[in-house]
Amino acid sequence: MNATRNTLAVLVDNEAGVLSRVARLFSGKGYNIESLAVGTTDEPEISRITIEVVADDKQINLLSNQLRKLICVHSVKVLKAEHAIRRELVLIKVMADNFGKRNEIIQIANIFRASIIDVSKSSLTIAVIGDESKAEAIQNLLKEFGILELVRTGMVALERGQYTIDEQTKEKGEFDYGKNVL
Amino acid sequence: MRLNGAKILLECLLEQDVDTVFGYPGGTILNVYDELYNYGDRIHHILTAHEQGACHAADGYARSTGKVGVCFSTSGPGATNMVTGIATAYLDSSPIVCITCNVSLPLIGKDSFQEVDITGVTMPITKCNYLVRDIRHLADTVREAFAIARSGRPGPVLIDIVKNVTAEETEFEPLPRQEHGTSGRLGELMRRYDFKPPEPDMDDIRKLADMIRAAQRPMLICGGGVVRARADRLFRDFAHKIDAPVAITVMGAGGFPGQDELTTGMIGMHGSQASNMAVDECDLLIAVGCRFSDRVALKPATFAQRAQVVQIDIDRAEINKNVETAHHIVGDARRVLELLTPMVPQLTHPEWKKQVFSRPTETEYDEHPGSLTPWQVLSTITRLAPDDAIISTDVGQHQMWAIQHFHFDYPGQLLTSGGFGTMGFGLGAAIGAQVGHPEKRVIHITGDGGFRMNCNELATEQYYRLPIITVVFNNGTLGMVRQWQNLIYHQHYSQTTLDRAPDFVLLAQAYGLKGYRATDVHEFESAFRDALASGSGCVIDCAIDIDEMVRPMVGGGEHITHFMID
Repeated sequence: MNATRNTLAVLVDNEAGVLSRVARLFSGKGYNIESLAVGTTDEPEISRITIEVVADDKQINLLSNQLRKLICVHSVKVLKAEHAIRRELVLIKVMADNFGKRNEIIQIANIFRASIIDVSKSSLTIAVIGDESKAEAIQNLLKEFGILELVRTGMVALERGQYTIDEQTKEKGEFDYGKNVL
Repeated sequence: MRLNGAKILLECLLEQDVDTVFGYPGGTILNVYDELYNYGDRIHHILTAHEQGACHAADGYARSTGKVGVCFSTSGPGATNMVTGIATAYLDSSPIVCITCNVSLPLIGKDSFQEVDITGVTMPITKCNYLVRDIRHLADTVREAFAIARSGRPGPVLIDIVKNVTAEETEFEPLPRQEHGTSGRLGELMRRYDFKPPEPDMDDIRKLADMIRAAQRPMLICGGGVVRARADRLFRDFAHKIDAPVAITVMGAGGFPGQDELTTGMIGMHGSQASNMAVDECDLLIAVGCRFSDRVALKPATFAQRAQVVQIDIDRAEINKNVETAHHIVGDARRVLELLTPMVPQLTHPEWKKQVFSRPTETEYDEHPGSLTPWQVLSTITRLAPDDAIISTDVGQHQMWAIQHFHFDYPGQLLTSGGFGTMGFGLGAAIGAQVGHPEKRVIHITGDGGFRMNCNELATEQYYRLPIITVVFNNGTLGMVRQWQNLIYHQHYSQTTLDRAPDFVLLAQAYGLKGYRATDVHEFESAFRDALASGSGCVIDCAIDIDEMVRPMVGGGEHITHFMID
């Protein structure tokens, strides 16, 4: 089976130590986390972790089943690229020490619907939202001006359509039913 | 009522019907031990020589009684000394609750004296662990920890309590165990997930029943899940109904009677010819509570290559993990077998059985006149010891010989570190089993290497008058490692020869126990008879030849019938 980049959405208790429990499961099983984003959900006691990892279908099933064994994990969903929307925010600080360069960079930003969020005499900071191809494209164009710093939030993702990660509304697959036995 | 944290902890243990705790005191857990002083009539504390021994004892107690084992230790080195014990319990799914105390909250994170982040250290080897920083969460946490340790696939849970919590006071409401799931955090957890194992899917069961009816050459593997679920009777009825040979894993020993006519013996690296060949030739392989570890499915790609593999396991994460299955049922072994057996007719497979049992189910070992062989020791024990004697082992050659030779009849009769392979497990586990079963004889089979690791627990054995018989297979070497060096590493016996102190007979005497030396079968027999009759703990040092091997053997990663030695 081909290993591809997979997105896992994990609902967890918003408590100390939970992120390290989840993250160490990946390293413990021999996987590198490609991208990680964590934040609270509409319920403050629950956080949502979005993790991207390179693995094949079988490995992803095993990983999600291992995750479901953690007491702090409420729910795990594998988000297939074709059924999910994925976005990340990238902040790029670019060298721009004269009017011409600034103008050019602003034009590029406009094409990508990116916003200029900071300006100084010698630099511009751009915020762009998108998936990795968009971030990569703008990065390539800005490279020649000199990228001073770049930071990304990590990918976040939601399923398309009415289905959610919630047990009640989620699409039932064989390995998706409920929590793994404790 | 208003109680301090230490009292709340002990009251919570009583709620769980805990009457025995293994442990070792120290600075941060002093408040708990101070209260324990007043609970002596209800909670029996066994003071071991080392925290690792306490942890193995709690594990042995849990494995042999089926109850949750409990151990105490202090912070820092006390807590880290338990780590090997916790990992041993984790790999073999044994339910224990380890209670450690940490430094007081203001000292946490300051690299204080005897401070360690034990919840961080034990994260990968516990089902769950807790750091209790607020006394109001203490009772709930203990209740949750016990529920998690024993539910589903059992395993170790660790509770780390900061010292000031054990001294502070709060309101405590006693709650009978059956009501624990109705309130607090545990109630919330139980509303969120069902703590009961998933009810097996009836369509899956029917499908398996059809597969069984269609099979010409069915084969069963009895794994550790049968033992943990205490599903031995149901498994036996099932095996006889479908008339299939049964191979037993190390962890499955006791899940199926060792002398049953359907037993093909052990399977895997040191499995019998009958077991390993049958797994290779069968057309349907049903593994119950077995995760196909690399010591069973040595080469997953060719394992049971002619068969449809069916896995029955309580843990969904085990399905397809090591071996690709054609069908699986997620559920408790007991429940699945209860539903499955009535769905299949009485079958017979005389030809298939004839084929399987044409090969030896046990290894024939040579006798060397004038010297003592492992086989003679084990046969003598079998002949003289009570049938229900509990056997605990360390890890290595003696472990494999013991499991190959003894016929285990009930779950919990064999205590061995199967998954983690912990040398030094045996004596601690034997202590736990003997405390849990004062009426039974406990025999501890060990090697000179493994025994030397944790023989300090002889002090515990002596003090509590535990009549454990330790039989040391003393070949003056790390036998299993030497066997690999002999077969694979060109007889380079690098750092495996143990031609050194102590003299185990004198060692036993130093601990106030009787020591025997046996150099031939007659000496062993008289020593063992004496040991059985005396009813007190002892050590029998058996002189075994340095080049005895465990046979047969399949090399790691090799196809299961590629025997390196027969």
